[in-house]
Order: sequence, then structure tokens, then C-alpha cells
Amino acid sequence: MSAGSTQYDPVEVAVLSPDEVARARDAALAAIAAASDLDELKAARLAHFGDRAPLTLANAEIGALPPAARAEAGKRVGAARGQVRRAIEERETALEAERDERILTAETVDVTLPADRVPRGARHPDTLVSDRLTDVFVAMGYEVAEGPEVEAEWYNFDALNFPPDHPARAMQDTLFVAGPDGGEGSGMVLRTHTSPVQIRAMLTRQLPLYVVSPGKCFRTDELDATHSPVFHQIEGLAVDEGLTMADLRGAVQAFVDAMFGEGLRTRFRPDFFPFTEPSADVSMECHVCRGGSARPGGDPCRVCKSQGWIEIAGCGMVNPRVLVACGIDPDRYSGFAFGLGIERTLMIAHGVTDIRDTIEGDVRFSAAFGMEI
Amino acid sequence: MRIPLSWAREYAPIGDEAADPAEVARRLTAAGLEVESAEQVGHDVRGVVVAEVLEIEELTEHKKPIRFCRLTAGETDPGGEPAAVICGAANFSVGDRVPLALPGAELPGGVRIGAKQAYGRMSAGMICSAAELAIGDDHAGILVLPTDAPLGADFAEYAGLRDVVLDIAVTPDRGYALSVRGVARELASAYGMSFTDPAGTDITDDAPGSGAQDVYPASIADPTACDRFVLREVRGLDPAARTPLWMRVRLARSGTRCVSLAVDITNYLMLELGQPLHAFDRAKLNGPIVVRRAQPGEKLETLDHVVRTLDPDDILITDSSGPISMAGTMGGISTEIDEDSADLVIEAAHFSAEGTARMGRRHKLSSDASYRFERGVDRELPLRASAKAVSMLASFGGASVLPGCTHASVEVEPVMITLPVSYPDEVAGVIYGRDTVVRRLRETGCEVWQTAPASAEGRAPADGKHLRHEHGRHDRSVAALVVGPPSWRPDLTDPSDLAEEVIRLEGYANIPMRMPRATAGHGLTGRQRMRRTVGRALAGSGYVEVLSSPFGPAADAEALQLPPEDLRRVAVVVANPLSEDEPLLRTTLLPGLLRVLARNIGRGFADVALFEMGLVFHPRPGSDGVAPILGVDRAPTVEELGMLHAALPDQPRRVAAVLSGNRELAGWWGSQGRPASWADAVQAASEVCRACRVPVEVRAAQQAPWHPGRCAAIFVQAGEGREWLAGHAGELHPRVVRAFGLPDRACAMEVDLSVIETATDLVGPVSPPLLSGYPVATQDVALSVPAAVPAARVQEALTAGVSAVGAGELLEDIALFDLYTGEQTGEGRKSLAYTLRFRAPDRTLTVEETSSLRDAAVAEAARQVDAVPRGG
Repeated sequence: MSAGSTQYDPVEVAVLSPDEVARARDAALAAIAAASDLDELKAARLAHFGDRAPLTLANAEIGALPPAARAEAGKRVGAARGQVRRAIEERETALEAERDERILTAETVDVTLPADRVPRGARHPDTLVSDRLTDVFVAMGYEVAEGPEVEAEWYNFDALNFPPDHPARAMQDTLFVAGPDGGEGSGMVLRTHTSPVQIRAMLTRQLPLYVVSPGKCFRTDELDATHSPVFHQIEGLAVDEGLTMADLRGAVQAFVDAMFGEGLRTRFRPDFFPFTEPSADVSMECHVCRGGSARPGGDPCRVCKSQGWIEIAGCGMVNPRVLVACGIDPDRYSGFAFGLGIERTLMIAHGVTDIRDTIEGDVRFSAAFGMEI
Repeated sequence: MRIPLSWAREYAPIGDEAADPAEVARRLTAAGLEVESAEQVGHDVRGVVVAEVLEIEELTEHKKPIRFCRLTAGETDPGGEPAAVICGAANFSVGDRVPLALPGAELPGGVRIGAKQAYGRMSAGMICSAAELAIGDDHAGILVLPTDAPLGADFAEYAGLRDVVLDIAVTPDRGYALSVRGVARELASAYGMSFTDPAGTDITDDAPGSGAQDVYPASIADPTACDRFVLREVRGLDPAARTPLWMRVRLARSGTRCVSLAVDITNYLMLELGQPLHAFDRAKLNGPIVVRRAQPGEKLETLDHVVRTLDPDDILITDSSGPISMAGTMGGISTEIDEDSADLVIEAAHFSAEGTARMGRRHKLSSDASYRFERGVDRELPLRASAKAVSMLASFGGASVLPGCTHASVEVEPVMITLPVSYPDEVAGVIYGRDTVVRRLRETGCEVWQTAPASAEGRAPADGKHLRHEHGRHDRSVAALVVGPPSWRPDLTDPSDLAEEVIRLEGYANIPMRMPRATAGHGLTGRQRMRRTVGRALAGSGYVEVLSSPFGPAADAEALQLPPEDLRRVAVVVANPLSEDEPLLRTTLLPGLLRVLARNIGRGFADVALFEMGLVFHPRPGSDGVAPILGVDRAPTVEELGMLHAALPDQPRRVAAVLSGNRELAGWWGSQGRPASWADAVQAASEVCRACRVPVEVRAAQQAPWHPGRCAAIFVQAGEGREWLAGHAGELHPRVVRAFGLPDRACAMEVDLSVIETATDLVGPVSPPLLSGYPVATQDVALSVPAAVPAARVQEALTAGVSAVGAGELLEDIALFDLYTGEQTGEGRKSLAYTLRFRAPDRTLTVEETSSLRDAAVAEAARQVDAVPRGG
């Protein structure tokens, strides 16, 4: 408790003399500087800044001074106490940093130890490519249409203008669902392409129509490095008023730009598909050599076999007969369709050389591709 | 289709500079005939000359007859001396001219000829066989040349060996291009040159029924099988007559074997014109020839020595003895020509494309002839091709030609197509103009009549009444062309076909590019997004996605321990499976996935977690298993589509996962690894459901192929109290593990995504929780319950206890943190310890409140599951 001014006691006031204050301050600063750890600093703080510390006691005596002396004494003690407080804070900061460094250094671990405690998972690259291609078309405003894998022959062939005994049917080596007699007369097949989804889309969706259909397909191909009896395709279909082959070329180019990067030219050459007329196969400039390998003196290119071009897709204008089978007026609407192989795209884009890797299920294959392609 | 370029250039006279192989390939490919290769041939034959045999000395002291010959190549004889050569063949005589490879000569395959010691003599060169010159497969004999072969001439030049062979992949719509005639026409068109038709037009004796009575009689009994049938006859063919060298070379370059003069001529003309021809030995024919369908029970032994039982749909050539040939496909043994045949009957006909295709498929029989008939042969060729054939037999085989022919024919309506002039423009997005369209169509061989607007019908040719129904005419008043496709283009039936002809000949490269305007799509559907989320969630949890085979053996049902009544035993059967052992489509993803698991383990990967997403197939109950083939001239009705749907199998989408080895790996962290267990499988199944944001309920179940005590049924809640079984998860039955050759304790889960997705639709959108800022209050309880009580039941009871006192919303979470079974729990009991987390939305809960809620929970657990609190 500070005393009132009336209890003026000249003896007691000696502690407020400049010498005393300076001595107490210096003692405090020396003790603080000498503190070698936080515990010693704590003791020094108690001794020199605590309730019983000289400067604290001196401060309490200021009230005992005559009014005229109070201001000067107060300033003196206040400055000394301020110096001590700052010294404690600085020392504390320094000692804490020292302590932290010591402890944290002691806690050092080997961060290069393997961290995977659970084996890594992955999605199948076919799925990744399929999703990626789908996204390209979805960004162009297409919607994703789906259909069953065991499909009615009518959807898979007839409605797509494959006449019953046309060699085009035989070109697609077909797995048939057994009929009641075990023969091939069930009218059902394992779909040989994703094109039946085009028919389903045209029969059920409103026009104009822009759909893309990824999915699994089946043929009786012998399994080898480039053929698999189970494989995946993705197809696009547009039916609208006034669509021409110029629109088809534009759509294909937009796709190549998005999938392989801008600046690769595309090329159409005549081909035959029963459900498109005219039909074309699509090649793009090789994304690796950009056509350079085919020019005189160019370095050989493994990806395009130095052709400069890579066949990537089949396409064409929807055959008006297909529109008729779907109840669409071919006098008013026209359409285009294009399709490509997922595995083939994977092989082109990522240099996969053996299609069998996609169906054997070896974890090393999927794991190499991870979660995104 | 392989053809020598020189053959095509005979009818499309492109110049030597223009005939650069790469440029020819480029132009033909751009016109729709994909040239797979354009190979230079004959440049590997050097130093072979035409020589005459002067002397033959038979060397008899060797195991086989050996000849030591002297030959002269006239002025080119090295050193002016006749060559002395050893030869193992004996089919030549003094005075014959033969190809002689002089020392230093090169032969195909990099063979170099030198002078060497053989059979005790010095042999300076080699007399060549056709095989050694790569123009045939005859190794046995020397290639004896015509007597007028110029002595000393370079053989490669003389025989026309130096050439380019085009290998063209002909699409099935272009039957006409399976001939030199068709390729030459395209070549001429591609270079803007005039085309000379090798079929010619100068046949006079072609009126049906005309010709001498002497020519072998024939008739068509079934006009749907054959609409033109022509026979011509030659007599007195010299059996010793040889096929001319130039023909042998062309046949060899086209990949056709030389057989005999008569067969070679029919093959040559088929290659040149596209018309298959057949030669019968007249002496072996009995009575008039009739083209008809087979009668039940008829049989025919074909040239490949197979006795074929014929189908009533098969198209046959018959005589009074019965079938003698499968029309347009393969002849019969009984009337085959042989080395003594002198009198031949040459058949050239036009058979039904569909009929020959069906017959070929039925008998799994394909020939060069049937390949062409299936793809469409020119109906106008039989008369011309047969005339050419008999004239060649006369020229090269010394035969005499019987005048006239037998010609049976059926009236066929010509195809006429009305084409709006602007239609190719509308398809391509290019303005071609009338003149271009007309010119290009005429180039393909079409006849084109130009008509004025609004009077198209009136200006059509006389049989304009046969105009076909048109598609793609946007405005019927615009100027139209009436187009009659040529007889060799049966594929041209619609305006779109004609548009393609114009567009391809003008060049696809000239079509502009119009970049798409984005349409207003709706993006992926909820289900499509969900599937991706499920895939990412499982991959993120350490599962590797694989694609297993969708086919399986019937034995899988046993391997999976499926009970007799299990629906997974009822599978869709493939009629022509890839492997006879695996005729079934999968009804569950598990067997395929387990085989992939075993394969990976076999390759040295012990800790494997796999997943697959895909369709399974269940025959639809009540279906007769036959989907009708609907018409294509209109859209199907709803009922018709319903019939298709009813026949197709149910094809739900499933996701399955399998695990073996450690789920958490052994490692420096001091662990031996944590083996994958039933709980991981259950977690994977729950994860799939959570990814689809449907609440999950797990219950004990007994279901193959799982361990009966370690199998969980996964239920999803679909809102409004609905609850559906989505699948199962757990440890596999030990017998299943053994059947698939897996390590003990392998685990698996399989859930039906179709069920989960439907539940997601019903659950509706997520509504966010209210986030209380008040402190949480936890209460732990340890309960002893009978060992058989499932943990889920205990938790349900605790939750129900809190709800029963009206405080359900205060229970934020309840979590099992300990499970103990041992002496202290007492016989037949187990101890479960839970943490209950309470939090109120509007105040800090007091200890008294939460204690009383805990007591309520425990009381309910005591009531429902005989729970006894432990340890206070």
C-alpha cells in the first residue's frame, strides 16, 4: 500500500534517490542478462520485477513524496522499470528461441523414410481416358448417353443400316447371345460398337441432339498386341438442322485441339460405315513429330511410324436411312457421328504398346497411371 | 486386293512421271481406295537373260538325275562362249528357251549367283524356275519360255517383272473396286485421264435365248437366286497348252497361283473385270443345267474335298445328276476340269449378293468368287467376261469356240435416283454447282438427266415411274437431277450415296471447317458423377481398378459355393464364345476379379486390393430369350421397343472389391503390417454408399461366396423408411478361397450401384446440419452384453434410449472405442465401450443433463439387449 502524502517519512524515501534507483535497475539488468535459461529468468523476474522487488517497492513510495517531488521521482522509477521490463521480454524471447531450437533439433526425424502405409490405389487408364474424352465433349455441350452391353441386333445392326446379309455385318465379328435352341438366333448380341447408343438417343431424346457415348464393346477378335475381344469406344452424335461435313470437321478439330493440344491439323479420307454417308476416317498430324518425320530428311518417328499422320477416328454424316429408322425427318434434320477407340487413344497418347495390358489386370499397369491422366 | 500398277495403267493411261507409287497411293486413297502399300517389285532380278539350250548331258552317277547343259544367250554370252550350267530339273529339251541367271546375277530374296563346282562340273550360272524368279510357286520345273523369246534379252524386262504392286483395302460397299477395271476407273478419275473399259462393249450374241442350239442348255428356276446365267463352250482345248508368261506374271503379282490354262484364264478375267467365272468339264455334265435352291437332304462334295449337306436356302447349279456347284462360291468335284479336259463349258452369272452371303456364312466358306458376289458384281458383265474367256481359250489353248451362248436372264428394274442439284452442297457445306455435280457423277459411270424445276418427274426417263423414295430433299421444288447408277455400282441407291461420290471425287480435303458453337448441355447426370466419385473414393482408399473378363465358365457357380436356387447360377449364354470353356456372361463381378487377384499374387504381389465397376447380366425372368428384328422404314412403336426391352437381359451396374495380404503394410513404423480383414471389405462397401451419400446399415448375413460367420449384408436407406439390400461384404468362404487358389482369409465385397443410385435419387439433396458453437460434452459407457448381440444393435439401443427421453438431437455422435472379450466379461458375454458426444444448439449442457442422458441410453440398452454397465 502506498502511503498518503501526510505520512511523509524522509528516511523511507531514500529508496527513491537517483542512485538507489539506478543501482536497483543495474542489478536487475545484470541478473536478467545473466539468466541462462527460462527458469533463471523467471527467478530474476521475481527478484527484480516481482511484488517484493526494490523497484516495485520504490514505485510504491512515490506517493509519500511531497507533491513537488513526485513527478520527477515517478519519471525516474518508471523509466527504470520500463528498461527492466523490456530487458526481461527481450531475454525471454531469446531464451525461448534457444530452447525451441534445442528441443526441435532433438526431435529431428528422417523424413525420407517411406510414408505409404497403405498401398496406393489407382483408376484404370481406360476409365481415365474415357472420362477425359467425355469431359472434352461435355465441355462442348454434349450430354453422355448410355446403353446396355448385351444389345438387340436391331439396335446394333439393322437400325444402323447394316442389311442382314451385308458383308459389313461380317466385318464386325460378332458374339451372339444364344437363343432358346443354343444357336445365334436370339436377336441379341454383345454390342460390337457403341453406335447402338446413337439409335437409343435418337429414339428417346429431343432434337436437336448432341450426345457422346463411351462404353465397352465386344468382338470375336483374337487377343494380340493390338486387338482385344473386349475393348472400349467413345462416340459422338449430333443431329440438328443444317449440319454439314464442315461442322463435322470443326467438331473433330475441336476435339483434337482439346485432347492433344492446339495446332495439329486433321485430315479426312473416304471410308465406309453403313450408318454414315459420306463416311471418312480421320487422321491427325502426329503429336510427337508434328509431321516432321514424313518430310525429307526428317528424323524417324516411332509413334506415327514416320507417316506424319495418325489415324484416330471414323466419322461421317448420319445416313438418312438411320434417321428414318429413328423417326427423324431427314428432309429437315441432318447429323454427324464420329467414334474412336479408348484403348487406341491410350496407345497413341501414352505410348502403350500392348493392348493386353489393359485387360490382364496387372496392378502395375493401372498403378502407373494413378488417379488422373 | 493386290494388283500390278502396269495392269491398271493399260486402261488408265497415266504417264510414267505421274505413276510415282507414293503419288498413286495418295490419290487413290483420297478417292476412297485405301492403298495399304505400293510395293516396287522386280527390281531384285538382275543379270537373268533369255537363253537357248544347246546341249544336255545326263549325269547318272548321282542319287537324282542331274543335267549338265550348255546354253547360249547369243551375243551376250560372257566371253562369247556358251554357258555351262548344272541343273536338277528335267522338264526342258534342247532348243528350249529358258531364263538363265549368269554369274553375278541377283534373284529375289537377295540370292546371288556365281560360278561354282557342282556334281563334279563347273557350273557358271543357273537355269531358273518360276519360284526362283518370284512369279509362281513352281520349284520343280524350269520356266520354259515361248520359242519367240528374244535370245539374250534381259529377262526382267522381257517378262515385265519390274512393276509396282498396289495392295488396296476395299471397303465392302465397293465391290467394283475388286478388279483392275474398277481400280483403273478410279485411277483415271483421280488423274483426270480417259478410261478404257477392259470389258468392252462389242458383244453381239447376247440376246436371251439366242445362240446356237449346240451350246449347253441352262435355265434359272429361282429368279431371286440368280438374275443372269450365261454359258459358252469351247471344244478341243489342247491339254498341253501353257499359260502365257505375261499372264503368269500378272497372276503371281496379284497373289494368285497358276493352276492350268483354263483355270488361270478364269482367274485372270475375274481379277481384270471382277466377274467370277467357272469352267465345267463338258464330258462330266449330265443333262440341262438349272439354277435353283437346294432340296432337303441334298449333298455336294466341293473342290476342297468337303462333302457339304445343303440347306434349302443354298443356291445351286445343278444338272440331272443333282448339285454340281455352289453358286458363286465353289464348284463341285464331279464336274471339275482336269488335265485331260478338252471340251469346256464356261459359266458366268449374276447371283444374289444376299444369297451368296448367307450360303457362305452357313457353310463357313468363302472364296474369291463369293467375296465378290457378296459385295456386288456388275450384272452386265457375264456376257462380256464369258466371251473374253472363250476367246482367250481359243488364242492360248487352241480351242474352237462354239458360236453363240446360252443366256438365261430375269428382267430387273433399273435404279433411278432423283437428286436435288444442291444436295451434295448441303451435305458437304460446300457450293459445287450443277456442272461439277453432273461431271463427277458421269465420271463414276452414272447416267445423268438434267431436269427443269417442278418438272423433274416429267423429264425422267421412260421408266421414271420407278423413282425411288428420296431422303434428304429439303426443298422439292429445287432443280433435280435424275441419276441412273452404272451396273457395276449396286451400292448407289440413295441421294446420299451420290452426294458421297461427288464429295470424295472433289476431295475431302476441300471441305471447309466450321468450328462448333457450344450447345446448351446439362453436363453429367447425377448418376454419372456418382460413378466417378465411387471410382475415385475406392482408388483413394488404396484399391486399384482393373477390368476383368466378363466371360466365365459354368464351373464358377460351384467355385463360388452358390446354392442351387441362387439367381447368379442363371446366366446369359454366348452362342459362339471366344473360348468353349467360358460361354457364360458374368452374373457377379467376383469370379473375374478373384482370378485377376490370383494372377497378381502369382506375379509376386502379396498385398493387393482391387476393384472393378461394370455390368453383370441376368436373363430377364419370363422372357423367351428372343428379341425381334424390327423394320427400319420407320421408327418402332412404343410396343415394339418394349418387346426389345423385355427380351434383353437385366444389366445392373455393380462395383466389387477384393483384398488379400496386408491392408496396412509392414514397415519401419514397427508393425508387421495389418492383414486385410472382413472389416476392410465392409468399409469399402460402406465407402461406396457414402460416396453416393446414402445412409448405410450393416447386418450379419449368410451369403455365398462369403464365410458364413463373417459376412455383412449392406443395406442402404432410400428415405421414407425404405431400406434396400445393396450387396454383401466380408471374408470369403475358405472353400472359395481354395477354389480360386488364393491365400487364406481373402476378402471381398460386391454392391449393386444401380440400387444405390436409385436410393440416392430418393434420398434427395443434402440438407446442411446446424452448427452449434456451444461446447461438446462427452460421456463414456462400458457395457457387458451377451456375445451374440451385434454391436450395431447395442448402438441402436443406446441411440434409441437418448431419443426416448426427447433428446435425440442432442446426441451428436456415438462411437465404439473398445471391444473386449475375456475372463472379466464372464462366460458368453462381451464388453463394449462407447463414447457419447452431446451438444445442444442453444446452450452449454450441464454434467447433470448429460449424465442423465447417458443413463437413459444405458437403461434402454439394458432393456433391449441385456446390457449391464461395467466398472461404474
